[in-house]
Amino acid sequence: MEYKFEMGQGKLRVVVPKELDHHLATQLKEEADLLIETYHVKTLIFDFTNTEFMDSSGIGVLIGRSRNLSFSGGQVVATNLSPRVEQIFRISGLQRLITVVPSDQENQKSEV
Amino acid sequence: MENHMTVTFDAISENEAFARMVVSAFMVGANPTVGEMDDVKTAVSEAVTNAVIHGYDKKTGNVMMRCSMKENLLTICVQDFGKGILDIKKAREPFYTTKPELERSGMGFAFMETFMDSVDVMSVLGVGTTVTMTKCLQDQV
Repeated sequence: MEYKFEMGQGKLRVVVPKELDHHLATQLKEEADLLIETYHVKTLIFDFTNTEFMDSSGIGVLIGRSRNLSFSGGQVVATNLSPRVEQIFRISGLQRLITVVPSDQENQKSEV
Repeated sequence: MENHMTVTFDAISENEAFARMVVSAFMVGANPTVGEMDDVKTAVSEAVTNAVIHGYDKKTGNVMMRCSMKENLLTICVQDFGKGILDIKKAREPFYTTKPELERSGMGFAFMETFMDSVDVMSVLGVGTTVTMTKCLQDQV
């Protein structure tokens, strides 16, 4: 299963694939950047609902997008982390760079 | 129980998932926990990704993965025949990367060390790199 994108009101939601490794990270990054630029995305949401595996390549993707968006006053949000993905976030220190929100809160925010 | 396995595959990013699947299948006989499987899969993914990105740098080549299981000690060797590592000590430092333009996080070796019990790196410039990792699996009662 691959990833998908959902656009709406300056927000781009990336439904992260089942396994986010270097192979998929490279493609996902290119496509996300194109959408971010084209639609002037201010909030990028990484939805990990389907994600069972992520390695350091995935971390690179999140850090890179977080940096790019911070230049334009935007932000990166992560939601629906499995325990494993949460562990990867914790070990890599990603939680200090990226806002992790529980799924219900993120949905409420999207509707505002 | 003792078991050995060797597999050689092309150094392309598609095979990162393949290597994870192979190592999962190999170790499943030892009845590992889900956490142990995830740890080993992550470490293998990091080692193979390093071989693909850094060892061969877009050139074609092979990655050889050897696994052995002796009692409950899993040993995994990931070997490439690429350009080798100039400074192993530096390469192992967290957040150090020779390819920041590719948005590499520099966490590869740190992850291997976090998720495995031991990680040894042998590298010769122009000859290749071998990463040997071990993990002692907990006895399942």
